Amino acid sequence: MGLAAAFWIMAVVVVVAALGVVFLRNVFRAALSLILCFITVAGLYITLSADFLAAVQILVYVGAISVLIILAIMMTREVQQGSPSNRMKIPAFIVAAVVLGIMIYTVTSTSWRIAAESPLSPTTIPLATRLFSESGFILPVEIAAMLILAAIVGAIVIAREK
Amino acid sequence: MTIGLEHYLVLSALLFSIGLYGALTKRNAVIILMCIELMLNSVNISLVAFSSYIVPLLLTGQVFAIFVMVVAAAEVAVGLAIILAIYRGLTDIDANNINLMKW
Repeated sequence: MGLAAAFWIMAVVVVVAALGVVFLRNVFRAALSLILCFITVAGLYITLSADFLAAVQILVYVGAISVLIILAIMMTREVQQGSPSNRMKIPAFIVAAVVLGIMIYTVTSTSWRIAAESPLSPTTIPLATRLFSESGFILPVEIAAMLILAAIVGAIVIAREK
Repeated sequence: MTIGLEHYLVLSALLFSIGLYGALTKRNAVIILMCIELMLNSVNISLVAFSSYIVPLLLTGQVFAIFVMVVAAAEVAVGLAIILAIYRGLTDIDANNINLMKW
């Protein structure tokens, strides 16, 4: 019961925050709305008993990505101009509504095979075993490290003053 | 009424559509990047929901969500660097005016 109440509250907050990202005129307020959205998504992970992912969500998104986005907004001085839309408002709305309709129809008409077991409660140790074991995802982890390194070097080279 | 897998998937679809609408209509490049982050987050919600409802003991979806976060962090770092470089050259990040590579 408490879990259901938490889910409904966070669902409403996350949808309102996402609408705020799209429809707020002030770019800085849209970024703050995006941060609220990230925090609420971390709460949704907790209701799904994914505690490690919730902590990572707070660290990576709320801590790092939001700071980067706010820094970019400050450096590009676009706050006064607001966030105008282009001329494709109605076709984009139709595309988004059609995608939403197809996804909701597919989700509700599929009979999912829900597992009987309850999910693992502290997920950090099993997740580490999955990620770093020989039979797990150790090669993708190494590739992800290379990707991060390439992204860091690329970002420094692109953003550097000539 | 208990919360099932469908609730999380419908919520994720709703967030994805809002992000898609924003990414298609907005002219400020930073806002477009923010909407893409929104879409990646909604995909993460559905991956974690699948993981905890369908394979609760395998955690595969959570591993995928971690990799999506890695790619999202790399994407936002490079994307914002590109936006700053464009702003330095054109003093504008309006997606309608960035047409240097348009044929």
